[in-house]
Amino acid sequence: MSRRPTNIVTEPHWLFGKLNLDIFPMATDPIVLVTFIVVAIGAISLLGFITYKRWWGYLWKEWLTTVDHKKIGIMYIIVALVMLLRGFADAILMRTHQALATSSTFGSGYLPPEHYDQVFTAHAVIMIFFVATPLVSGLWNLIVPLQIGARDVAFPFLNNIALWFFVAGAMLINASLFIGEFGSVGWLAYPPLSGIEFSPWVGVDYWIWSLQISGIGTTLTSVNFIATILRMRAPGMNLMKMPIFCWTTLSTASIGAVIFPILTVAIALLTLDRYVGTHFFTNELGGNQMMWVNLIWAWGHPEVYFLVLPAFGVFAEIVPVFSRKKLFGYTGFVLATACIALLSFLVWLHHFFTMGSGSSVNAFFGIATMTIAIPTGVKIFNWLFTMYKGRVELTASMYWTIVFLITFTVGGMTGVMLSIPAADFVLHNSLFLIAHFHNTIIGGAIFGYLAGITYWFPKATGIKLNETMGKASAVLWCSGFFVAFIPIYALGFMGVTRRLNYYDNPEWAPYFITATFGVLLIAGGIGLNFLNFAYSLWKKDEPENIDEIGDPWDGRTLEWATSSPPAFYNFAKIPHVNELDDWHHKKQNGVAYQPIKNYERIHMPANTVAGPIIGVLSLVFGFAFVWHVWWLVILTFVSMISAFIWHNVFAVKDYYVEIDEIKAIEEKWQKKIKKALSKKAEV
Amino acid sequence: MVKASNIKVYAEEYHQDMETDTVFGFWVYLMTDCLLFATLFAVFAATPQMPNEYGVMPSEIFELELVMVETGLLLASSFTFGLAMISMYNDKLKSVFAWLIITLLFGFGFLGIEIYEFIHLSHHGSPITLNAYWGAFYALVGTHGLHVTTGSVWMCVMFWHLKRTGLSIPNQTRLSCLSLFWHFLDLIWIVVFTMVYLLGVL
Amino acid sequence: MKKPLIYLGLASFIAVVTSVVYKIVKALSTNCDIAEQSSNYVCNFVLFYSGGQLGVEQGKLIILAFSLMLIVVVPVITMAIVFPLWYSSKNKNEYKPDWSHSTIIEIFSWGIPILIILVLGYTTYITSHSMDPRRSLVGKYENTKKEELVIQAVAMDWKWVFFYPKQDIATVNEIAIPINTPIKFLITSDTVMNSFFIPELGGQIYAMGGMENRLHLISKREKIMRGISSHYSGFGFAGMRFKVISTSDSGFENWVNKVKQSPVKFDQSAYSRLRGKQTKDHKVEYFSDIIDNEQFENIIRKYLKTH
Repeated sequence: MSRRPTNIVTEPHWLFGKLNLDIFPMATDPIVLVTFIVVAIGAISLLGFITYKRWWGYLWKEWLTTVDHKKIGIMYIIVALVMLLRGFADAILMRTHQALATSSTFGSGYLPPEHYDQVFTAHAVIMIFFVATPLVSGLWNLIVPLQIGARDVAFPFLNNIALWFFVAGAMLINASLFIGEFGSVGWLAYPPLSGIEFSPWVGVDYWIWSLQISGIGTTLTSVNFIATILRMRAPGMNLMKMPIFCWTTLSTASIGAVIFPILTVAIALLTLDRYVGTHFFTNELGGNQMMWVNLIWAWGHPEVYFLVLPAFGVFAEIVPVFSRKKLFGYTGFVLATACIALLSFLVWLHHFFTMGSGSSVNAFFGIATMTIAIPTGVKIFNWLFTMYKGRVELTASMYWTIVFLITFTVGGMTGVMLSIPAADFVLHNSLFLIAHFHNTIIGGAIFGYLAGITYWFPKATGIKLNETMGKASAVLWCSGFFVAFIPIYALGFMGVTRRLNYYDNPEWAPYFITATFGVLLIAGGIGLNFLNFAYSLWKKDEPENIDEIGDPWDGRTLEWATSSPPAFYNFAKIPHVNELDDWHHKKQNGVAYQPIKNYERIHMPANTVAGPIIGVLSLVFGFAFVWHVWWLVILTFVSMISAFIWHNVFAVKDYYVEIDEIKAIEEKWQKKIKKALSKKAEV
Repeated sequence: MVKASNIKVYAEEYHQDMETDTVFGFWVYLMTDCLLFATLFAVFAATPQMPNEYGVMPSEIFELELVMVETGLLLASSFTFGLAMISMYNDKLKSVFAWLIITLLFGFGFLGIEIYEFIHLSHHGSPITLNAYWGAFYALVGTHGLHVTTGSVWMCVMFWHLKRTGLSIPNQTRLSCLSLFWHFLDLIWIVVFTMVYLLGVL
Repeated sequence: MKKPLIYLGLASFIAVVTSVVYKIVKALSTNCDIAEQSSNYVCNFVLFYSGGQLGVEQGKLIILAFSLMLIVVVPVITMAIVFPLWYSSKNKNEYKPDWSHSTIIEIFSWGIPILIILVLGYTTYITSHSMDPRRSLVGKYENTKKEELVIQAVAMDWKWVFFYPKQDIATVNEIAIPINTPIKFLITSDTVMNSFFIPELGGQIYAMGGMENRLHLISKREKIMRGISSHYSGFGFAGMRFKVISTSDSGFENWVNKVKQSPVKFDQSAYSRLRGKQTKDHKVEYFSDIIDNEQFENIIRKYLKTH
């Protein structure tokens, strides 16, 4: 059942590179075969359905080439959720395998190490790079320009390209499932294991190119949002009147702009090691594997805050709205966010206390790490005291918030335990560590994104999600999390290490089996999430599900001042902001929803053809690089540059929306508002 | 919907702020590029020269005179780009062209010398695969070279823009960004020159 | 209809809590060093029932950090449940929509975490030095010997090779150590990165090619323990385990003599055989003699040379 073919081609052919007919794992592995059949049937029926409905033109014009930040955000989220299914399938494989893997020698469970090791590598890479990161970009895109009262981001074309770079990376990593192999080196691909000597085939190259391509996209997105937030806020909105989500976005984008270049360099150097034969990270000739570890964690640790800060922002939006109360300690919250962003750069060494740095170095990084607990604690108190003396409505979004508060606090606690170097010497690399970071990433980041999706779903689509299913999903996720990871914490205390393909102690098995049940509960939660999307879209014409005027939760910030979904230009007239939670105060003072007297034509960015084309080319480029098909590498690279130059010189980049069109859209919405308000008055 | 393809209208009505937004955004991008170089510098600094018996020492093989000429060319190109910008502010399209062409020629000169140097080093006992030190050397200097190449290609595209639409406001923005980029590369080169070549020969 | 359910839930909750408390109390009184009690289930939690002097300290440190964090965690989780329920819109309790600042709460919400982190930070600073496993443990604990036993460990694909330079023996995937004796492990890798870890004794350290790392441990329990590589190193990683026989002085001597009986010597061919081939679940091997006195050093030096 080994997935690796017996004759690996290492010397590339001039035309086919390392490609040949033995590279399809479906031929030898029934699990991959079944997956392939399911994916193939799914893909063919989806494409067939689109063709049958003749949606291609619509898709191309309205979605693939769009520069509309809201649509780009929705596409990010859709792809991320699909990737969540892929990553979660890997999680189920791992949990069920380990539940069956008691054995004193190699060969138990149902996955051979050659397959299992790819699964845990792919699981982590997918969850971090292709689920969590794009959910962050997706929520930014969907909400930030609306919240600051802008019509789009600063660089709409780059925004489109960044999306397609991310999609190309995601496609590349999925291609590795059916063509060749994925890396079996752990998600951060520590050399020398990831070097050409110990990983001679293409797995690590897939890792390299899917991360490199999507990473460039994330750098672009970060730059884009820094410029957007700093330069494009509505008049009157100074930084301290900005919604918290924008603050966390600004901090996160700043982190992203600093760290992703480091990742780019680190991966580029590994690429040189593997493709050219340099000695950056090899054992011999001056190579320094510790340098890789430093570089990758100088990116990797801030990346964790890159993922979790936006989730904090989401909760800071949700809690005040559903507590019907101002956010407690806005200034403190902003300060804490900035503190976390700064401190996140000073702690990377805590990922390798056991590498053998001196006691004082370890102590410094240990203390720096636990210092982050202070601003994080402050934020938790901010959320709690926002609910205090409020009128809390226990909606699905609030359910997510509460399960987050419970889960994340536990994760923070175990994080502080890990940050003590002397204790880390026994906890490092153990399952305790695994449980800890799942505790923060699921309990912190993922719950935050799901809360955000629940909260902003009506803004994006005009339809509310089903509340009961949302609440049930939150409860299932949370309980599933604890059932799955409390045993994993316990195993850590027993000295069980991570990434084991089998273990010789049968007394550990009950814990692994319990954890598997936890994963099934989470599966229920994920299932309900998707069911909820399907159900709500199916019931989209039920009057109580429709968000008529665009403000279903009685929101406080500017995104609720638009229709749902907003017109493509967001605001017919850019609002003037007077204070924090401006929309809430406008409603209080009765100056919300005032009809516009004199319309002006609006200057908007035009759709781009170059974006998706460059995206497809980058996918082929990455694929050709993985398989050493040099002529194709050169061809696609030149084409990408040409497409970019073509866009730069010839493409129409903007146009004006004429007054008649704006008027028609706005008046339709005004009618709905009038109807809804008069209905409210009757009640 | 009316396409803003009429360039003149476009130039006049285009919201002034959007142009400064672009320059600001480009600044932020340059900062990320700066971090990219900072990482490469850190890698280079953390990679000691290998003792003599394991390969050629940089002090034996660097040709400082040549690098001085390279530095001179790049510094001169920065100066001429500055003159091109002054011509732009004075709305003299022809002299913008002239100074840009001179800048580009200096850039090509720089690149030519760099390529010669790389070939020379590779053939005289210090190819990129020799050891970690030479890997870091080629990665750092090569990345700078790639940036100069990018800048040169961009400048060629710039000629195209200028030919099509003259000194329109979008083109002025493009020129400002390119100028920032070019000066930034000059700055990076000063550090490369000091850290790699001067300290390498010491 | 609802009331009996609530009582049932409450009763089962209390039952669970009581049994957990009972188990914890019982566990706390277990001494895994005593042979009769060592089969007790809680002895599986080797980090808290460590057989090593350093490990015991580390276990205590983990519990200290845990308890300190509970000072914040318990109230936070309580508030996270009580606040939304108490101030639920259904309850019509006190409502202050514009109240968003309180200096006292701000002082507490910054102050309490700062205080806890101050205490923990101080502990961290002290223990980072006092419990650094790279420091020698000679003279640190009472009733331990003054002389160190040196064991050199080399990670290979996928087995551990051990040298006892003083005893002049080598083994694969098995070591014996006398109790109450400071052990100095010198660790390197002849392949990719690994981590040398005996969870029941405490501490781990990375093994990397061309570098020598150190780890100091003292065992206080006679037992056969599990030694592992805790850093993923390839397809045979899960089987990269070694047996740690923690035994009395005489037991250790017997073991050394047993190894000395082996007909095989650790020479260049043995080295090439072990280094040359990737093996999974490698069997225990004994070598009665190390031909090259600087075998370990040479494995490290090898990586400084050119091809």
